[in-house]
Amino acid sequence: MNDYYNLEALTSVIHAALCGVMPEWVALTIECVIVGVIIILLYAVLAVIMIYMERKVCAAFQCRIGPNRVGGKGGLLQVPADVLKILIKEIFTPAHVDKFLYSLAPYLVILASVFTFSCLPWNNGGLILHMNIGIFFVLAASSIGVLGILLAGWSSDSKYTLMGAMRSGAMIISYELSIGISVLTMVVMAGTMDIHELVMGQADGWNIFKGHIPAILAFIIYLIAGNAEANRGPFDLAEAEQELTAGYHTEYSGMHFGFFYLAEYMNLFITAGIATTIFLGGWMPLHVPGLDGFNAVMDYIPGIVWFLGKTFLVIFLLMWIRWTYPRLRIDQILTLEWKYLMPSALVVLVLMTFCTLMGWTF
Amino acid sequence: MSISLQEIVFYVVAACITVFSVMAVTTGRLLRAATYLLFVLFGTAAIYGILGYTFLGAVQLMVYAGGIVVLYVFSIMLTRSNKDMKYRIGYAKLFSVLASVIVGAGLMLFLIMTNGFALNVIPQGDELPVEKVGMALMGMDKYQFLLPFEAVSVLLLACMIGAILIARKEK
Repeated sequence: MNDYYNLEALTSVIHAALCGVMPEWVALTIECVIVGVIIILLYAVLAVIMIYMERKVCAAFQCRIGPNRVGGKGGLLQVPADVLKILIKEIFTPAHVDKFLYSLAPYLVILASVFTFSCLPWNNGGLILHMNIGIFFVLAASSIGVLGILLAGWSSDSKYTLMGAMRSGAMIISYELSIGISVLTMVVMAGTMDIHELVMGQADGWNIFKGHIPAILAFIIYLIAGNAEANRGPFDLAEAEQELTAGYHTEYSGMHFGFFYLAEYMNLFITAGIATTIFLGGWMPLHVPGLDGFNAVMDYIPGIVWFLGKTFLVIFLLMWIRWTYPRLRIDQILTLEWKYLMPSALVVLVLMTFCTLMGWTF
Repeated sequence: MSISLQEIVFYVVAACITVFSVMAVTTGRLLRAATYLLFVLFGTAAIYGILGYTFLGAVQLMVYAGGIVVLYVFSIMLTRSNKDMKYRIGYAKLFSVLASVIVGAGLMLFLIMTNGFALNVIPQGDELPVEKVGMALMGMDKYQFLLPFEAVSVLLLACMIGAILIARKEK
């Protein structure tokens, strides 16, 4: 395949130029800082886009118009205005809370989400954290977020937050199993955990086509469990408004609340991004073996467009699910995971291993 | 520049681990102790990362930070515990604790120095391939660990069954 948009040439030129004028470790430090700033900017901008998208999609499913006043016809400036408002709000600390843990909790949640965010393959040569255990690191880093939720709920010193934290803690820990097993299913097929190699291996067709039946089953399991991981409906009982006001972040205000909100949306993006990476080819254009002309045309579209396009498609799917199904009760959620989802994920894993061993994948 | 970036990172991480380990045992609040322990485990994972053993680093994050500490926090939240543990520590106790700490540290230092670990340079961080880890864990040849791996999983199963038996209410 021809790749016209490989970023590796650009980054190595920049690195060589920096190394020419300063020692290598200074150059490395500067590059790390710049990349870090880019990650955080992207993080914030994508969150704003997704909040706008959520409002519009939700409105469409509920036969409303959604935000339409601020900033012209589409209400485009509604979310930036909300962000500005939340930035200038007072960060309020209730009496009798454990101040250290209370202010630490939002940062733990954000930390886990930024770590996983920086493992996404944006483009060829645009992978930021590259390790040969890539996808396993994503699973490991995302398991830290639940601690932030538990600490937030406990340290706020309120019944609502404690119950919200317990519920969402129990839910996230349970659904991590299904996510892990369905990711493992695809690792068995692809034969690598390296995110770059995972994407490169899909040059002759995305994994969901190459792995046919078991891959599609794993994709469905991943989407269900991923929705629960991101604490979104129909699994949003951590903040079931009718019962718990706002769940584990009831007592938070201003930007501390903003961090939880941001992390929730970005976890949705990360869930969709990882689904894109392991099932839908990451930044890899759509290639059909045998149709060389078609493949050559597809190569002209940059990888980042493919990645964002596929990710937002998965996000739309998840939003569709959220605004269609009613919320489950906690016992129903745990029954769904432990009695149906996890066993079926295991069955799919065995099926995929069998198919791979027999050479039935393409 | 005699000291490399990797060494600087190592010393920063090592200092963090030391500070948070001490804080974990000296703090009076149970949940804070668990949180400091979490930071210590982050530090250990970072050290595995510096050594190029990213697989073990990720396992450390997943099993200890995301599993064990979460279990600790869960059990602290579910049980009714005194928020401030203000124990009076007598002088005799304090003295014996200090003495055993100093003797233990001296023994450790002696062992490390005579073995020559500390004199070695920190190995440059080439990542250990996952295939190698997998082969070592699942192989049956010399220096491969299939039998211990399976034995440990049977042990874990036995522990779980035992825990369920103890926790179960009598009918």
